[in-house]
Amino acid sequence: MMRARAGLSVVSAFGLVACSGGVLDPVGPVGRDTSKILIDALLIMLAIVIPTILLAFWMAWRYRASNTKAEYLPYWSYSGRIEAVVWSIPTLTIMFLGGMIWIGSYKLDPFRPLPSQTPPLEVQVVSLDWKWLFIYPQQGVATVNELVVPAGTPVRFSITSASVFNVFFIPQLGSMIYAMPGMVSQLHLQADHPAQLLGMSAHFSGDGFSDMQFQVKSVPPADFNAWAQGVRAAGPVLDQAAYAGLARQSHAVPAFSYSAVDPTLFHAIATQHLPPGPGPTPPGPAGTGRETTPAGKG
Amino acid sequence: MFGKLSWSAIPVSEPIPLITSIVLILVIVGVLGLVTVKGWWPYLWREWITSVDHKRIGIMYCLLGVVMLIRGFADAVMMRTQQAAAIGDAHGYLPPEHYNQIFSAHGTIMIFFAAMPLVIGFMNFVTPLQLGVRDVAFPTLNSVSFWLTASGALLVNISLFIGEFARTGWLPYPPLSQTTYSPGVGVDYYLWAIQISGVGTLMTGINFVTTVLKMRCPGMSYLRMPMFCWTTLAASLLIVAVFPILTATLAMLSLDRYFGWHYFTNTAGGNPMMFMNLIWAWGHPEVYILVLPAFGIFSEVFSTFSGKPLFGYRSMVAATLFICIVAMMTWLHHFFTMGSGPAVNTAFGISTSIIAVGTGVKIYNWIFTMYGGRVRFSVPMLWSLGFIFTFVIGGMTGVLLAVPPADFLVHNSMFLVAHFHNVIIGGVVFGLFAGLDYWFPKAFGFRLHEGWGKAAFWFTFFGFWITFMPLYILGLQGMTRRLQHINIEEWRPMLLLSVLGVAVIAAGVVCQVVMLVVSILKRDQLRDVTGDPWDGRSLEWATPSPAPFFNFAVMPNVEGEEAYWGIKLRAIDTQQLSPEPKYEPIEMPVRSPVGFYTAFFATVTGFALVWHIWWLAGLGLAAAFAGFVVFAWRDVHEYHVPVEEVARVDRARRAAREAVLARLAQQATPS
Repeated sequence: MMRARAGLSVVSAFGLVACSGGVLDPVGPVGRDTSKILIDALLIMLAIVIPTILLAFWMAWRYRASNTKAEYLPYWSYSGRIEAVVWSIPTLTIMFLGGMIWIGSYKLDPFRPLPSQTPPLEVQVVSLDWKWLFIYPQQGVATVNELVVPAGTPVRFSITSASVFNVFFIPQLGSMIYAMPGMVSQLHLQADHPAQLLGMSAHFSGDGFSDMQFQVKSVPPADFNAWAQGVRAAGPVLDQAAYAGLARQSHAVPAFSYSAVDPTLFHAIATQHLPPGPGPTPPGPAGTGRETTPAGKG
Repeated sequence: MFGKLSWSAIPVSEPIPLITSIVLILVIVGVLGLVTVKGWWPYLWREWITSVDHKRIGIMYCLLGVVMLIRGFADAVMMRTQQAAAIGDAHGYLPPEHYNQIFSAHGTIMIFFAAMPLVIGFMNFVTPLQLGVRDVAFPTLNSVSFWLTASGALLVNISLFIGEFARTGWLPYPPLSQTTYSPGVGVDYYLWAIQISGVGTLMTGINFVTTVLKMRCPGMSYLRMPMFCWTTLAASLLIVAVFPILTATLAMLSLDRYFGWHYFTNTAGGNPMMFMNLIWAWGHPEVYILVLPAFGIFSEVFSTFSGKPLFGYRSMVAATLFICIVAMMTWLHHFFTMGSGPAVNTAFGISTSIIAVGTGVKIYNWIFTMYGGRVRFSVPMLWSLGFIFTFVIGGMTGVLLAVPPADFLVHNSMFLVAHFHNVIIGGVVFGLFAGLDYWFPKAFGFRLHEGWGKAAFWFTFFGFWITFMPLYILGLQGMTRRLQHINIEEWRPMLLLSVLGVAVIAAGVVCQVVMLVVSILKRDQLRDVTGDPWDGRSLEWATPSPAPFFNFAVMPNVEGEEAYWGIKLRAIDTQQLSPEPKYEPIEMPVRSPVGFYTAFFATVTGFALVWHIWWLAGLGLAAAFAGFVVFAWRDVHEYHVPVEEVARVDRARRAAREAVLARLAQQATPS
């Protein structure tokens, strides 16, 4: 922790002000660990990079043509000792960083469950054109463009796409991972305390991409159960017919919820038993190359 | 009859592409009209369009690259201003379907039609001169390469006026690029433009591997070659190794789109992830194809302007070849976040950061080249010093992105955008500008104006940092790339600051244009009489400026590293030039219209394929092939330059050199 904080202050000195809502302002264990690695790696490299830059400028200035006091060595072009140092500095740095890469990749593998006493909450995530569907199999409900999670509880996300590639990303919680059609990726995240966070797609997916963002609400566990009860009480049902309508392209969809979900739906989407999203409808008039799509006003 | 093509393909309702197209068409018509009125066509046809001279082709490549650089910069200005103008409730002036074309076109144009032509242009212009030979291994193939590249650039620009360009990013990831999600012609324009120019690039690679391996002048052993030749060789080897992957991958995507095959489709067993793997197996080496020749330029500049040999030459050669090989083992770092698992991510994370060893060694070697030197801060040297500062930081953020857990936070973010502009602008573009200033006198016989060149450097350098430092911060704030409008108010200050930076860069661009105009107007004052304006060290400075079309009157005989430096030292030592050689007639390849002809029909074929005009595509292909057949049947390959012409050119050069020598002797006597 101390190192991370020291890191932050160095970073702010370079103008990278730690900001609310960014990846350097984590609210969960994954975000903390990943941002710590980012800052540690940056510091290690700055220790080499800053002296190198200073050396370059000093060398150019010291040996400027107008400086007659500096010695002129027109034939000097080799020194075994300098060569040895020159190859060693980057090699040693990279060996050190290589260790960080190795350990960090295993420790922070998104597929790896988080150590916790509390059993994880299951959330199934489907990226659609252009919104996010969150299915809560344990609660039997679903939401669109709004993710509610209990604070202090690990969340196990199973992520797929019903159309094109997207990336599921909540900057303040840490790691992102691709949502891909016909595949299910896993991601484990946790929010430590109640908060309102921003979630987004971090991979371009077409005309409605810019609004493919969602609210993340981390709430106290008791409130989470109350919330689930409330969602179950009212709202439409997400069955295969309703899903077919949802899968059509739409822009900037306001958050809403489903009181009940077909429990096989996620599996059917991920295995493509339900066909992927249909793309632009109606398709552009035959004979023109210019697609017509509704402007993204939502 | 005309496939999918109809009048509705012209964007009458969209003012920006419409007005841009009309202005462009007027400019083109104006230029063509001027050329016709002035009667320049025969000259242009004889000396440029059908030329197989590597210097002329190199200059045409650079011209194409500079024009496309400006087009790509215009796209960049629109992207940055759109993002700054579309925060909160505002939606800016570009709707998504237009904005998405612009960032796709920006990336495509900058990499394929600005950076690549400039890099290949320098390889063309410089390498044969430095190797002391008269042309590349396959001069006519070289002309075909150039015109095919120009054909691809033309297709991309036609898409502005007829139809649309891809809205899928500069690499058209499926399934988004499949017909289900992109039914328009945009992706098809992309595919055929890149396929046609890709063939040209592959032939360039083959040409330069052959040239460097087989065409060196007597005495020019591998370890006497200037550094730029080594980087040309490494980049060409990479081209030969990886451009076929690009061609095959895009061919598979074309089969998906045109014939409903299932390489990368969502359904029926297609695997879109495979596209990512294949495209980056080309895409990552591609950035080294761009940056290695730029490293070569910096090596020449550091050594020339420090008045010293390059420090650790053999080490530099080793680092270049090391980068060349490791570049092909890192592609997966572009998608750590796809969930390959920790073992795979570790392997590619480490292989990626290992490249930094090679580049790190190069950086230190350039720094130690200045040690004990007499550093002159001419314009190429300013770009090179700016490069060291910029590239070291860009390399650092690159290694940061190579750490998988850190990449999980900033993958695809504005941090990434800032990183790759940091290395491509700081590395490749600064290198190209240094090279333009450095070799311009060799191409045109006069130097570029120094004051305007320095102004251009300072504006571009500071403009670069004001533009991209905010993007680093935005990336850490969580902003992802390619947003058409921004819902988060907190990102506004940095987005506005970035636009300010673009304005400063624009001032740099203006300075470059003014520099060119002023230099042309003052060309008599800036004339390079001796052919050696920078006190150079390699053989290109041994010929007059501009270099005669046969490069060298007599093939140089190289007796050590830094061939021309040795010759100059001997001349100063003995107070005289080497005795006048016995001139002989020179064999040169005849000019050929086959490149222009083939590219013309390649453009027709590409356009026809985009619009599904099958008969025209068939016709174009047949005509292009016929051109090759006719060329292959030619009887006369070469002609002789008469001995008097050779002697006349070389005696003028020797007279200029003797004057220099006399001046040096005069300076030496009083002391």
